[in-house]
Amino acid sequence: MSDIAFWVIVGITVGSSFMVVQSKSLLYSAYALLFTFIGVTGLYIFLWADFLAVVQVVVYVGGILVLIIFGIMLTNKITSVNISHTSMQKSMGAVVVIAFMGLLGYMILSTPWLVLSNAEPSDTTSAIGRLLLMDYLLPFEAVSLLLLGALIGATTLSRKDT
Amino acid sequence: MDSLVNYLLVSSILFSLGLYGVVTRRNGVAVLMSIELILNAANINFLAFARFGGMNMTGHVYALFVIVLAAAEAAVALAIIINIFNNFNTINIDDVSELKQ
Repeated sequence: MSDIAFWVIVGITVGSSFMVVQSKSLLYSAYALLFTFIGVTGLYIFLWADFLAVVQVVVYVGGILVLIIFGIMLTNKITSVNISHTSMQKSMGAVVVIAFMGLLGYMILSTPWLVLSNAEPSDTTSAIGRLLLMDYLLPFEAVSLLLLGALIGATTLSRKDT
Repeated sequence: MDSLVNYLLVSSILFSLGLYGVVTRRNGVAVLMSIELILNAANINFLAFARFGGMNMTGHVYALFVIVLAAAEAAVALAIIINIFNNFNTINIDDVSELKQ
């Protein structure tokens, strides 16, 4: 049962991410990206990362995707039906990327990965919180400063006239 | 399903699709979406190695940082794209090769 669920989630993720890079309409790409994020959330749950799964939904679907759709809407005049959107050098790009994917797949399949056995934790939130406030306190504060800077920078950049 | 290789393969497919989008797409917003795919692939790798490497929580913390950086990057990149659109009236990144008009 959980095997089937895993492969369905993998199918949703890969199929919709293919739609993201292949779709003619930019808005369809954005909607396909929604399903990619949901599929990745499912993979996180299979990887026992419950907190990260919730964060993925909140930040990616609730934040980044809405921002991207805003960007699409703001950069296309509502009257113009044709969203300026073309892909170039498709065949060349496909050749290079398929070769790269083959290289990655060969590396993954030929490496003898060391897998440690472990039990499923009851929750990951407390461990993450402990790490963030003890071992990773400085990166945590730095990231909060960076978010503040990004917020101010984005607001300043998108103002009409200074 | 319970094997590291499956997750790594899915992540490599996601990464390659994102790379394909970055090299072929000519629209700034589409390139941004492809970059999000690449970041998600990296996150799947972090969590897969955490899960199969003895449930080490460091991978989760780094995945959290990646998500935060992705949010900051999306906000700033969209502000830049909207500025480019206001100045050049296009978001085709091949047409935007000058610092000023």
